Amino acid sequence: MRLIRLLAEWFDRRLQLGKPIQEAMSHPVPRSSASWAYVFGSASLTLLMLQFATGICLAMVYVPSADEAWNSLQVLNQQQTFGWYLRALHGWGSNFMVAMVLVHMVQVFLFGAFKYPRELTWMVGVLLLLMVLGMAFTGQVLRFDQDSYWGLGIGASIMGRVPLVGAQLVKLMLGGPIIAGETLSRFFAIHVFVVPGALIGFVGLHLLMVLKLGVNEWPVPGRVVRRETYLQEYHELTHRDGVPFVPDAFRKDLVFSGIVLFAVAACAAVFGPFGPNGAPDPTVVQTVPAPDFFFLWLYAALALLPPNMETFLLLVGPAVGIGLLLALPLISGTGEKSWRRRPVAVLTVALTLVVLTALTRLGLHAPWSPVMNAWSSTPVPDAFLKGRSPLEVQGAVVLQAKQCRNCHSLGGQGGERGPALDSVATRLTGDQLFRQILQGGGNMPAYGKNLSPPQATALVAFLRTLHPAGQRPATDASLLGDAPIKR
Amino acid sequence: MAKPTPPTARSDSSVATPSAARKVSRRKWLMPLGIALNAVAGALIAVPILGYLLAPAGRRQMKADLDWVTLGDLAQFPVGETRLATYRNPFVRPWDGDTGDIACWVRRIAADKLQVFAINCAHLGCPVRWFPQSELFMCPCHGGAYYADGSRASGPPPRGLFEYTYKIESGRLWIKAGQMPTLASPPSVASSGGTKKGCACA
Repeated sequence: MRLIRLLAEWFDRRLQLGKPIQEAMSHPVPRSSASWAYVFGSASLTLLMLQFATGICLAMVYVPSADEAWNSLQVLNQQQTFGWYLRALHGWGSNFMVAMVLVHMVQVFLFGAFKYPRELTWMVGVLLLLMVLGMAFTGQVLRFDQDSYWGLGIGASIMGRVPLVGAQLVKLMLGGPIIAGETLSRFFAIHVFVVPGALIGFVGLHLLMVLKLGVNEWPVPGRVVRRETYLQEYHELTHRDGVPFVPDAFRKDLVFSGIVLFAVAACAAVFGPFGPNGAPDPTVVQTVPAPDFFFLWLYAALALLPPNMETFLLLVGPAVGIGLLLALPLISGTGEKSWRRRPVAVLTVALTLVVLTALTRLGLHAPWSPVMNAWSSTPVPDAFLKGRSPLEVQGAVVLQAKQCRNCHSLGGQGGERGPALDSVATRLTGDQLFRQILQGGGNMPAYGKNLSPPQATALVAFLRTLHPAGQRPATDASLLGDAPIKR
Repeated sequence: MAKPTPPTARSDSSVATPSAARKVSRRKWLMPLGIALNAVAGALIAVPILGYLLAPAGRRQMKADLDWVTLGDLAQFPVGETRLATYRNPFVRPWDGDTGDIACWVRRIAADKLQVFAINCAHLGCPVRWFPQSELFMCPCHGGAYYADGSRASGPPPRGLFEYTYKIESGRLWIKAGQMPTLASPPSVASSGGTKKGCACA
């Protein structure tokens, strides 16, 4: 015991870190902020350390070469002792990290913690969010599989829409003319050196400002932030009714970080690592690329944006969004902190959450994507074929063979790009069906060139039978009495 | 070795008061000199680094990225059909592996009339698939669809499929290839200016 104290004293006489560390640990925080609502930032830091540790371990086996990366992932998954577990920890840690940083951000936003004098802490936080998202994207690239390859293609295609320098940006992003070895090396350097280095620096700055400016007090409606008085008020608050950061606030941080680490470890053990899926061979076109969970909303937005403003929104949207986030504390740096007196802030969070959730749900489901094998793997359900005439059954064959099912579902199966056909006969008359099929329109290709007249006749005859029992098919009112009603 | 200098330096400064002004000016120059030295050396180091980083987007490099590459015997592509073809990118690194193999769709309209489409959807670059039964190209990502001649049929793509410039020489089909096609860089056009847009068959 004495030896330890002697050793500690020897080091501290040279390092002189003991006192500052003790001061930082025992600095007073408002009693109200030693709360469970204030644990998300420290949990993000814990996850960052987990990502560093697992990432360094993975880099010892992973080969950042277009030819070998996928194979080295297989070795990690199948052969390396606990390789699968480290990949799983790193992958799940990444998802938890993005989620935790977002929750932290929402908490800070709703509690008005970005207001004077903590404006710069928020701005640095925005940069940290962008870096975390950048790590998530580049990490997905390093899992060099089919999704990664085509995800890079999407990135390059977005770059190619930048006016004037688009072609140059594509080459810079890919590190060459095509997605290949140098692309992967480039993203490896960004994921392993550039962004982590910046993360260390900016996280340090973020923490330094938290220490210097103090932890935000629990907002009380009516307690307004004024530049002239806030510092004095905060000083009084922390010294009259403050508690030392360690242990009063820290113990909650510690417990929550433990729970989060436990959750990551459990997810990793139960669900295992992410992929890799198919090898990154661009000549294999039988692939349905999709991004990782936290980019699904973007994937959905890219499918649903009106085409004529797509390029504009793709290039200007992110800049405006990031600009607004950075400028927030300058726009609203003083005034009410409490969410009870900031309805616009609450609505902004609610709206953003609803939009992102809805887009993510759509992204998981991807109704805009044709189901590429529905025509050959999902037959017309029996119920739609019973009691049909030979011509109508022939129409059902045409429906399958011409890949209509890739975009149109029957009996809940098939694509959802176009409307379901279960009751199409109640919506369109025979003439309208002919017109729609042959001329297309409303986002449907025209089939006039590759349907023979007998095929088109059979197809329309079949579609005319698709109406619920007891509900008459649509008829042209101007020809009433002319059209025979079947069944 | 360094020991004798302090006394001389001290005696210098203490004795020679008249020359103090000159000495101060020498010290004053040391700072700008240091800044200038570092600036020049920094530039000498930074310029090559920038050149190294920007090399893939250099004009000469971008022109050199494109070359004629063969898709093989023309007889593999029957008239009236659209078939998948693959080629090795004209410029690859030894460690590129499978990523150096690129696919494209070859549509032979007549004996010497073809269209060679890039595999990448004009929307965001996903691989389009040809369905001979409905004579459509469909994209699995965001649902773009194209007709047999590559023109846009439906969905978000802003234009038809990208086409390679092609030529037929002694029974073999050649295309000008080498870069990933995007809206800013069609597959067979070197610069972003796009002076010779379009294809030979048009």
